[in-house]
Amino acid sequence: MPETTVPPAFDELGTGGEVRPAYAGIARYLAAAGREELDAKRREAEALFRRIGITFAVYTEGGDPERLIPFDVIPRILSRSEWERLSAGLVQRVRALNAFLSDVYGPRRILEAGLIPADLVLRNEGYRPEMIGFTPPGGVWTHVSGIDLVRTGPDAFYVLEDNCRTPSGVSYMLENREAMLRLFPDLCAAHRIAPIGHYPEELLETLKAVAPASAGPDPTVVVLTPGPFNSAYYEHSFLADEMGVELVEGADLFVEDDTVFMRTTAGPKRVDVIYRRIDDEYLDPEAFRPDSVLGVAGLMRAYKAGRVALANAPGAGVADDKSVYPYVPAMVRFYLGEEPILANVPTYQCEKPEDLAFVLANLDKLVVKLARGSGGYGMLVGPHATQAEREEFAARITARPADYIAQPTLALSTVPTVVNGGIAPRHVDLRPYILFGREIRVVPGGLTRVALREGSLVVNSSQGGGTKDTWVLEEDPAPPAEGSAGC
Amino acid sequence: MLSRTADSLFWLGRYTERAGNVARGLSATWRMAMLAAPRGKAEEEWRALLVATGGAPGFLARHGPVTQASAIHWLTLDAENPSSIASCLEAARRNARAVRTALTVDMWAAINDTWSELRKVGPDVVSGDRLAGFLDWVQARTLLFNGAATDTMLRDEAWHFVRLGTLLERGDNTARLLDARHAAFDPKTDPPDPSSWQAALRAVSALRAYQHVFRARLSPERVADLLLLRPELPRSVRACHQRVHGLLETIAGITGRRGDCHETAQALRADLASARIEEVLQGGLHATLTRIIDTNLRLGGEITALYLSGR
Repeated sequence: MPETTVPPAFDELGTGGEVRPAYAGIARYLAAAGREELDAKRREAEALFRRIGITFAVYTEGGDPERLIPFDVIPRILSRSEWERLSAGLVQRVRALNAFLSDVYGPRRILEAGLIPADLVLRNEGYRPEMIGFTPPGGVWTHVSGIDLVRTGPDAFYVLEDNCRTPSGVSYMLENREAMLRLFPDLCAAHRIAPIGHYPEELLETLKAVAPASAGPDPTVVVLTPGPFNSAYYEHSFLADEMGVELVEGADLFVEDDTVFMRTTAGPKRVDVIYRRIDDEYLDPEAFRPDSVLGVAGLMRAYKAGRVALANAPGAGVADDKSVYPYVPAMVRFYLGEEPILANVPTYQCEKPEDLAFVLANLDKLVVKLARGSGGYGMLVGPHATQAEREEFAARITARPADYIAQPTLALSTVPTVVNGGIAPRHVDLRPYILFGREIRVVPGGLTRVALREGSLVVNSSQGGGTKDTWVLEEDPAPPAEGSAGC
Repeated sequence: MLSRTADSLFWLGRYTERAGNVARGLSATWRMAMLAAPRGKAEEEWRALLVATGGAPGFLARHGPVTQASAIHWLTLDAENPSSIASCLEAARRNARAVRTALTVDMWAAINDTWSELRKVGPDVVSGDRLAGFLDWVQARTLLFNGAATDTMLRDEAWHFVRLGTLLERGDNTARLLDARHAAFDPKTDPPDPSSWQAALRAVSALRAYQHVFRARLSPERVADLLLLRPELPRSVRACHQRVHGLLETIAGITGRRGDCHETAQALRADLASARIEEVLQGGLHATLTRIIDTNLRLGGEITALYLSGR
């Protein structure tokens, strides 16, 4: 492992023999369970996931195209009070992001106020001029958001990035819990874990809530997928199945008289709400990319005629762009008149000359990312990179500064994780899922991603990351009594 | 149900059935070819099977003259042949994956495990004395799939479309295999060709069934009767079309839609139910089978137009 300048990480279970209260039960279990038992549980979990067929296609790499995302059996735990604060911060942030979207496709007050450079928004590739002046049903743009959080201390949580387009991973959150209930019934029963199994119902309610008025009392909802070759196809079929709605591809739908229909064995059937898991530019060859075969010709016409709802709304991506991210705290203050509950990670925008100079001078301390990228591709973790890698990246940044942002290398919190040599701390992040229909709801917890390689800070599943079940405890465990021997 | 889902289920049924049928046909032909080799007639056997599986033009275009090795490779592992066992199982699995949630876990496991096993085998698995074992394995896997479907699927729309594909393919297969040997069933053929009759029975795993039904020496009338018109043989053309018709009626009840396919299936079923084998042979077996194969093709198109294409 290369020399690191990252400060020591906060371990969520506790350090130096001191166990944080929420982890007391887990610590007891880990102390009692031998390595063989944990190994056996790990193998059992893998067999379970393979049988269910949860796989994740990873592109541009060789090997098994349908490999599993590794699942770690040691859960990540949040106390009720920790979660309450996070949850309030997430709701606040999603409200602000939605207000921002209504604004930039409407009166543009925030641009006039000079709080965000107009070019950054209006010339952003996530900005859809087709949406100018349009109000989506219920005024909701981001029906499903995934907001990535990291932690560096007991009370230090940061938003790493917002995902307002089609955030994935929620099926892993649900399946991880199912796996834990199966593998560790006693351990689960000993904790009051907030349930998450109602997520599909909540999602369906959210989608029905934004159905157009013409839909009638029982709107028809579908999930629109790019198809089996998409990396998240398992999740698309899982969610459709759990909600009891059809999983459709573009070719299953057609538009007639500004109304969307699906092709069924019983003839055309009207569709009212589309939870689309395909990107904006592929939605409708008439409106966006004419070569798209994934979308539905005329879909945008039907949408703008108010005959169908799309979740998330086209154009929502401008709110989660990495170059817009630094301005989200300002949005919270501007639209809500509140102080942000969740902090941003300080971010240097390389297109600003003074930021660029700082970034180039401090590459060994920073994480550099593409302003528009995802999945951990095209990323430099300065402290872990070699001199040659840093130099190569410096050249790339200098050539196209606007493409890059940089952040300090945070010492992401760690959680004990089963590794080949036993149990060891590994860095984690958290992606909670926020639903916005009639109101904003957050299912307690989210998807914890874990960097399985020692010292690695990259948790993306496409970069060898794994996942953990995330427990939100219904009540804070009582602190151990004075003088008790503990365990 | 989405038309695309129904389409995938239908083709899942068809391709799985076709893989098993190619294995059966190949087993019978391989045996026949061995026996025919001393008379220098082995190539004729392979040619007949290539015609029956509908791949003769493609084969001849790519390989020229028929040899045993090239025919076996074409029918088992050749990705260029859309009806090779490997292509069928690949297509079946592709269709299964597209409708993963409409299948039971057992059906998915049956088709997915078969597919992943097949990806591991090399070309030597179909050479020499290993061929028979491979063909047995393919048949066992398709039986497992059918068993998993029968034992675990809800009797809903999905089930009916899988079975529709399976039975349409099965009836078509029996008709084609019989037609490939139609000359042997011509009463004027001299000398009689009992080994061809036997091969026709073996190709649909019906040799024992013949003995149970007739308890008599093989005769061309009785063999043709069994394969074409007997309702109790599950692979006879009549038995298959009786069920195809029944499935289409059920689907019409579920979807509230009926069309040309229902009339075609009903007419074919009625023809087969009233036909007598003496008249069929007098009129020419080949003519009858050609009509049935053509009708079958049209029926598939009509089913697609009404239910599977979403128009």
